[in-house]
Amino acid sequence: MSSLPDIAPQPARLVWQPAAVVAITRETPRVKIFRLKPADWHGFTAGQHVDVRLTAPDGYQAERSYSIGSAPDGSGEIELVIDLIDEGEVSPFFHEVVEIGDEIEIRGPIGGHFIWRAEDGGPLLLIAGGSGLVPLMSVLRYRAQAAPEIPAALIYSARRREDLIWCGELLRRAAEDPNFSLFATLSRETAPTEGIRHGRIDRALVDAALESLPAPPKTTFLCGSNPFVSAASTFALDAGIPFASIKAERYGG
Amino acid sequence: MATRGFIGKRPTDGVGDRLPPGQYLTEDFPVLSAGPTPRVGLAEWRFTLKDGVRPVMSWDWEAFNRLPQSKLTRDIHCVTKWSKFNTAWSGVMVDDILAEAGIAAPSEWTLAHAYDGYTTNVPTEDLVGGKAMVATHFEGKPLIADHGGPARLLVPHLYFWKSAKWVNGLQFTRRDEAGFWELRGYHMRGDPWREQRFTGD
Repeated sequence: MSSLPDIAPQPARLVWQPAAVVAITRETPRVKIFRLKPADWHGFTAGQHVDVRLTAPDGYQAERSYSIGSAPDGSGEIELVIDLIDEGEVSPFFHEVVEIGDEIEIRGPIGGHFIWRAEDGGPLLLIAGGSGLVPLMSVLRYRAQAAPEIPAALIYSARRREDLIWCGELLRRAAEDPNFSLFATLSRETAPTEGIRHGRIDRALVDAALESLPAPPKTTFLCGSNPFVSAASTFALDAGIPFASIKAERYGG
Repeated sequence: MATRGFIGKRPTDGVGDRLPPGQYLTEDFPVLSAGPTPRVGLAEWRFTLKDGVRPVMSWDWEAFNRLPQSKLTRDIHCVTKWSKFNTAWSGVMVDDILAEAGIAAPSEWTLAHAYDGYTTNVPTEDLVGGKAMVATHFEGKPLIADHGGPARLLVPHLYFWKSAKWVNGLQFTRRDEAGFWELRGYHMRGDPWREQRFTGD
């Protein structure tokens, strides 16, 4: 198997295909990670997502989009991170019913804008709210493997300590990687945790992340709920980041 | 292929037949765009109609709002899977913009332009004949910036990425020129009832 990342654009035609569930991890009280092995997979680009389609015995179908959290790594497998929405239709099914060995229908990879390849260069400023971390984690993991010399900073806001996805890995990467800085902040937690800040994202946090980079970011990626992305993009614009260098992905109401 | 153990939450009566394939109903109004929300002041706002590279007519905010006002109440469908029913818009029909400019649509294809640099291509026949407007109000109030204000294109029978936010012009083109998402793998027409999400659908 090649050790080179299997970077691939969105295919010319997206076909539904089965993907076997090969691993399930409970990452936080509300987040499970599903590792899938699609039947016919030709790689993806960090930042992309897949569509998932569930079919009931009578033919009723539900579709949703989920970002890929793993890096394009040549494994032929992808990790989808599914946040439990209590009143939802698809996320409770994943959390309560799906088991290793099940087959789930997917198509992808999808997305030609909110993506990053090593040749796109840096520095990179990544700003994530909640599960908005997922596509940015793919970017970070891929960068560490393909272009660790490109400077990157991540601002990551979650509600509580227990809601931080991949907390251990992020803290380890920040400690070990001289070109990566982590600015994690908790909006509803009071207990102190080493290496993690408190409070909502604000202009000062954006400024601190910018100061950690040796040059202004070439691209800024924002991902999270709409209120989070709206707030973060205002701070980013106020901090002087050019409008055209900001890529955003929003979800929810 | 049936998914083991999946039953699903069925839409209630009267909802299912209004939902295109793969869509679910939301009561919220989610916001989607590829970048930050541009800040467009009414004093600098302009809307320009072009035939190829040639400007046909241009309006400032005041002049645009003197054009005939119309209302459209429609179901809308976003390619990210949500649909919202009975959204109530008002603004200026594309038909009335063309009438004011004194032209009939000069080509089969149109490219919509927006303040954030976004573009989207729409077949001209999907814009005329009472199908589409440049909307300035949502549910009786001026359209907020997050939803595309001061003005957005509204083509409610196509996936909602065709309804360009912060629209500042319509350009008739000689061929079907792919817009922002269409260049990135999304469908050239985008009919939700035929589930035309991506190239090749």
